[in-house]
Amino acid sequence: MMLNHLGKQTLVFPSRPSVLSYASVVGPKEGEGPLGNFFDEIVPDDLMGQDSFEKAELKMLEDACDRTLSKAKKLACDVDVYLGGDLLNQIVSSAYAARGLGIPYLGVYGACSSMAQAMLLGAVLVDGGYADTALCSAVSHFSTAERQYRFPLELGSQRPPSSQWTVTGAGAVLLGCEKGLPVGITHATIGSVWDMGQKDINNMGAAMAPAAHETLKAHLLDTGRDVTDYDLIVSGDLGKVGSSILRELCEREGLYLGARYIDCGCEIFGDDQGVFSGGSGAGCSAVTLCGWLFSRLLSGDLRRILFMPTGALMSVTTSQQGESIPGIAHAVTLEVIP
Amino acid sequence: MQQKEYEKLVKAKSPKSKVILPLIKAFFVGGAICTLGQGIREIGEKCLSLDEQAAGCFTSVCLIFLSALFTGLGLYDELGKFAGAGSIVPITGFANSVVSPAMEFKREGYVMGVGAKMFNVAGPVLVYGISASVLYGVIYWLVLLIGGKL
Repeated sequence: MMLNHLGKQTLVFPSRPSVLSYASVVGPKEGEGPLGNFFDEIVPDDLMGQDSFEKAELKMLEDACDRTLSKAKKLACDVDVYLGGDLLNQIVSSAYAARGLGIPYLGVYGACSSMAQAMLLGAVLVDGGYADTALCSAVSHFSTAERQYRFPLELGSQRPPSSQWTVTGAGAVLLGCEKGLPVGITHATIGSVWDMGQKDINNMGAAMAPAAHETLKAHLLDTGRDVTDYDLIVSGDLGKVGSSILRELCEREGLYLGARYIDCGCEIFGDDQGVFSGGSGAGCSAVTLCGWLFSRLLSGDLRRILFMPTGALMSVTTSQQGESIPGIAHAVTLEVIP
Repeated sequence: MQQKEYEKLVKAKSPKSKVILPLIKAFFVGGAICTLGQGIREIGEKCLSLDEQAAGCFTSVCLIFLSALFTGLGLYDELGKFAGAGSIVPITGFANSVVSPAMEFKREGYVMGVGAKMFNVAGPVLVYGISASVLYGVIYWLVLLIGGKL
């Protein structure tokens, strides 16, 4: 019997696991963007004094986790579980961070939706009484993602206008059963995988928009809520192309998102930063949440948001073999809890 | 929604790549690189008294060196973003496509990194370029044979 389950795919957390602390660390380009003031740390050099970009990504993640723990005045040994995800093969950044932290670890992979997946699972563990505290994180780095998915950095190639720019940044949030910051997780909707036959790896927004549409519909149906019950519905990295497709898909079914919908990929960079359709990557939604969105929730500017990042679940191999790109979106409801 | 209908929606919502302006940029940057090459050739022929073949080799070597240098300085990718095919098609683009993966994968070592990945981008061009030239040679030989000129 599923006690804390609504409809087909939504979970309810009666204890409303609260956010104990959060932190974000970003690269220089993200720091220069419109959300620059909301991040905890902007590193001046995206290599961070390391000898590889992979090590820099790890360092960035470790810094975000350390800052999150110290803000909550906790040590790594006080935390019961660590859930982390990133974009590198075998989710190595998270695993190597877990090696340093020593916290019991579950790696999660939902591509760019990893932050929501980690928070969703963290909330389940805390609400179910399996953990008092859960550290959740996601990270991505432009230069590691480029070499894994695309071309060498110094290759003089052009990008099409639908392409996106992987965010260099790490976000971490500590969830707990004790009273923390006045923000908690009340619901989460586990997304299913959707594939509308899109194959263009330079147009990820188009590949992922159907998944966001389906998860949003399922969430609203399961909870009996309407778009207007949310101050903000936030997708992760659909970018300009994907978010306008999502709006259109919703409108065709009579769901008007209007000003209540934003996309982290469209918010994190300015139009003059040469990122075409917008930001992307697991870090995109993570740092936007762990910077700008949490501070808006804490300032009372927002009361309830649906954090719904999307992920493209292909690999370089499947793309080269001509397979289409499956998409996923997980949603987490974050609410101000007085 | 059916896949075909969705495809239509995606097409309508996705911005198209611009054509005219990039063509103009490519024309002028590509032209400038070729003019530079011609200049180097003139220097080779007039100042260094090289014959035609040696001057051609001299030009290639200089352009490849300059491309590798500017790739290493992190400038060639900026030129590529601006000029597109204008900086890809000349020999400098080919040098860039060999040097950039070599730099990128140096961290994986000189054997499995630089050695194995150096022709990651240029490899297909070499394979099919050389194959095409062999095929051309065979056809040329056959034509001469049939024409009774051999």
